[in-house]
Amino acid sequence: MSETRVPIGEDDLQAFIDGCLDGPRRAEVEAYLAAQPEVAARVAEDRRLRAALRAQLQPLFDEPVPARLRISGLRAARRSRGLARLRAAAAALAIFCAGAGGGWLAHGPAAPQTAAPRPMAIAHEATMAYRTFVVEVAHPVEVRAAQQDHLMRWLSKRLGRRLAAPDLSPQGYRLMGGRLLPAGDVAAAQLMYDDAAGNRLTLYVQAAHGTETAFRFAQMGEDATFAWIDKGFGFAVTARAPRDALLPVAEAVYRQFEAAGT
Amino acid sequence: MAQDGFETHLERQIPALRRYAYALTRHAEDADDLVQDCLERALSRRYLKRPDGDFKTWLFAILRNLYINAYHARRRRGVHVGLDDAPPQSAPADQESGLLARDALAALDLLPEEQKSLLLLVGVEDFSYEQAARLLDIPVGTVMSRLSRARGRLRAILNEERGATLRRVK
Repeated sequence: MSETRVPIGEDDLQAFIDGCLDGPRRAEVEAYLAAQPEVAARVAEDRRLRAALRAQLQPLFDEPVPARLRISGLRAARRSRGLARLRAAAAALAIFCAGAGGGWLAHGPAAPQTAAPRPMAIAHEATMAYRTFVVEVAHPVEVRAAQQDHLMRWLSKRLGRRLAAPDLSPQGYRLMGGRLLPAGDVAAAQLMYDDAAGNRLTLYVQAAHGTETAFRFAQMGEDATFAWIDKGFGFAVTARAPRDALLPVAEAVYRQFEAAGT
Repeated sequence: MAQDGFETHLERQIPALRRYAYALTRHAEDADDLVQDCLERALSRRYLKRPDGDFKTWLFAILRNLYINAYHARRRRGVHVGLDDAPPQSAPADQESGLLARDALAALDLLPEEQKSLLLLVGVEDFSYEQAARLLDIPVGTVMSRLSRARGRLRAILNEERGATLRRVK
């Protein structure tokens, strides 16, 4: 009898609307709908809407693909852009070296600050920097990961701390590169990582005199940040990700800086 | 994946990517910009993509992430309302059958992105529930309940609009 049957669920109805129910279950849903005219009317309307949406978008699918989306063209453009980027990075490094030699921006990177930033202030700065650069498609970073040695030497010098880019590959993130940012009267470094799906996260580091703190969590809109202060530096890990997904990354960063013993 | 294989795979997905991008942005030029960014990104990280993985899911996830990032940037700046973004009221509502089709896409714009994307991926792009769950990074159970909510809302929006049209006609 029908009492032994698995009751029809909302998921069955959805699968029915999408036409992906197989034989016996499909027949059960049809029998159910025959007995429930109100539900049947709702399901019928959902099916009509589904078909209408497909029909409305079909002409776009059938349109010829614009020439600018041809893969061969994109590949050629990428190659020439790659060369331009290398030249730009070389130029940026040359400017920096000239500046350092000539006393430009020459006050000590670890110069004492008037007010020591709190973790929440660092989280705020880090989120602002994240929002500014994470949407960049063409120039998300100043110096790419391919020049990692230059990048880390450069950032270390400006921050007054030997900085190694944490390896976040166990968490699925790859270093894209980094940039230098102003943070009050000192410098901050931003390292950007992304995963295989293109989700980006940043690690923000700046001088911060103050006692060590635990992780502080800050949520601004959809952007989540863990910030902490350790050994004279403030750290912030920011991503558009849930808190629980971000925490292991922050812990990995913390562990790697601890192990480095700086 | 061999070089040619990868690019052939990529090329084959372009019509579907354009369709999804257009439904998200409702702007032909923006949609093709988005597809171009997506293709460039896919080309630049082809070595991260394992050949056995679900290529289409991977690609659509890239496009969606780019859209979400760009959309957030635009909303912050609060600019750029193109003609195509204008509300669709100006379209003559003469035929009841045409009304349904035209309004389905317009009504979709009134849904939150996560519901909109899900309806497009499952209802138009023929992703399985499991693929959609991976793409949106949510459990399959959430896919089912979100789908049900999204369809309910779409229905309510269209019923409301149809009611409004009838009242105007009277």
